[in-house]
Amino acid sequence: MTAEPNALAVIGVGNEYRGDDGVGVVAARRLRALLPECVSVLEESGEGAALMQAWQDAVWVVIIDAAHSGAPPGTVHRLDARLETAPAGFFHYSTHAFSVAEAIEMARALDRLPAQLIVYGIEGESFAAGFGLSPAVEKAVDAVVERVAGEVRAALPQHGR
Amino acid sequence: MKSRTIKVDNLARVEGEGALFVKLNGQQVTDVKLRIFEPPRFFEAFLRGRKFHEVPDITARICGICPIAYQMSSCHAIEDACGVKITGPIRDLRRLIYCGEWIESHALHVYLLHAPDFLGYEDSIRMAKDHPEEVKRGLRLKKAGNEIVRLLGGREIHPINVRVGGFYKVPEKKDFSALAEELRWARDAALETVRWVAAFDFPDFDRDYEFVALRHPDEYAINEGRIVSSKGLDIAVREYDLHFAEQHLSHSNALHSRLNEREAYFVGPQARYSLNFEKLSPIAKEAARAAGLGPVCRNPFQSIVVRSVELVYACDEALRLIERYEKPDKPAVNVEPRVSTGFGCTEAPRGICYHRYRLDDRGVILDAKIVPPTSQNLKTIEGDLWQFVESHLAVQKDKLQWQCEQAIRNYDPCISCATHALRLHIESE
Repeated sequence: MTAEPNALAVIGVGNEYRGDDGVGVVAARRLRALLPECVSVLEESGEGAALMQAWQDAVWVVIIDAAHSGAPPGTVHRLDARLETAPAGFFHYSTHAFSVAEAIEMARALDRLPAQLIVYGIEGESFAAGFGLSPAVEKAVDAVVERVAGEVRAALPQHGR
Repeated sequence: MKSRTIKVDNLARVEGEGALFVKLNGQQVTDVKLRIFEPPRFFEAFLRGRKFHEVPDITARICGICPIAYQMSSCHAIEDACGVKITGPIRDLRRLIYCGEWIESHALHVYLLHAPDFLGYEDSIRMAKDHPEEVKRGLRLKKAGNEIVRLLGGREIHPINVRVGGFYKVPEKKDFSALAEELRWARDAALETVRWVAAFDFPDFDRDYEFVALRHPDEYAINEGRIVSSKGLDIAVREYDLHFAEQHLSHSNALHSRLNEREAYFVGPQARYSLNFEKLSPIAKEAARAAGLGPVCRNPFQSIVVRSVELVYACDEALRLIERYEKPDKPAVNVEPRVSTGFGCTEAPRGICYHRYRLDDRGVILDAKIVPPTSQNLKTIEGDLWQFVESHLAVQKDKLQWQCEQAIRNYDPCISCATHALRLHIESE
């Protein structure tokens, strides 16, 4: 893997076999069809060390994940990881102890955060085993896809290659 | 009678969520329950009616940490049903990708999940501030494992290149050169890891465990072998269901496995090591001896040392397999379905992972059974907690709580395989 200093990456996190937990992956797939090829669109399980690796070659990164903060299903959270601490247990319901929030804080401790790291969390309703998103979450996907696509397009002139 | 309550709401740094409940009456432990919330057998039901070639890809999704274990156990089981045995370079590549998963998983557990317990940090992020070089070494080691899985599996998470009969595509020999270089670094880093963790302090603890692991006459068993135990069990994989049973307990959605005759047993690195020490490579054996380990290790708190020795072995073995690799003519052998039941068992990073499938003549799955390693260790973890709490009641409450969590992490329980959510409570009457 060669480092591309201007790389943009969109990373969808989740497990599509666990209902709304798969929302990040669903959003990433839709974005893959929309975004130019110079943007890496990746799917990750949410294991934190792998996530740190996934963004290591990028300078501008958006992560999309399921959230379970207690807000109504479909609520969209946006966090600028360079400015705010990622609340542990907030993102990624599917149980990994070293997950999205920990990966962000670990990268901060080791000075390995990308120059720009935005995290979108979509509040899930059901994380039980099974396929498919809840209606409220499904609706939120479209909105998030649109917002992320907009952010990427705005960043392209500066970071695209 | 003096009573006390120890309560912990989150069992951190376990691959999953769950709860431990310990009940005390004075100086006696009266109950220990590991509460597990599992999606009840979703995958087993979901596999019914699917074609046999879909199974490795579906089961890989059970766990983000050990997809290879599920792919390998399912491939072996289906090939067993169809009367196919994989040999030569394809067999080697399977062993190699499995080494990759061991490296990834062990590096993650040793450095990011377990080491903070021994060094007195609440988590690896706080540890990284004081020990950045060690954490970076752990992350690079894990990455070396990821690279093996990526090269052979197509990608690190939920690899897509593994199929019944072999692989969809196999690499050229030259594709391994950069990886081999990184693995030589990784082997040295793993040796450094053993030295690092061997210097930690370990609570005095020992129980008369029954270790269960695969054993193979020619190698440190990963993908194939007989299921043996330290108390005389020696069976073919297809006899598993005759000797092991799964119980549904009211406090847990995960099934608890037990040996029919003797109840609790212990799977994972420490079981493999203690049953197959002689099959480790010379460099791994030497690392173990230098770390002060004998050929059998019964203190579960030393599992971090054993896991690090396996890290050395997996890097060493991966290099050996890469050096002798010659690209096979075909990436996979043909597998024709037949009416049959097949059995597969492989050594996931956390211990044996057993699969059984019944197929019809078109290769449709009629019935599936999957036993992840963590559910097999649950009874043993409960037993450890019982003895540990009872013999450490004089320890200050906070410290005891900490050590209880540490005792659970000894097993690197991957609760996301076995279940969905975990929390810890220690209470007294």
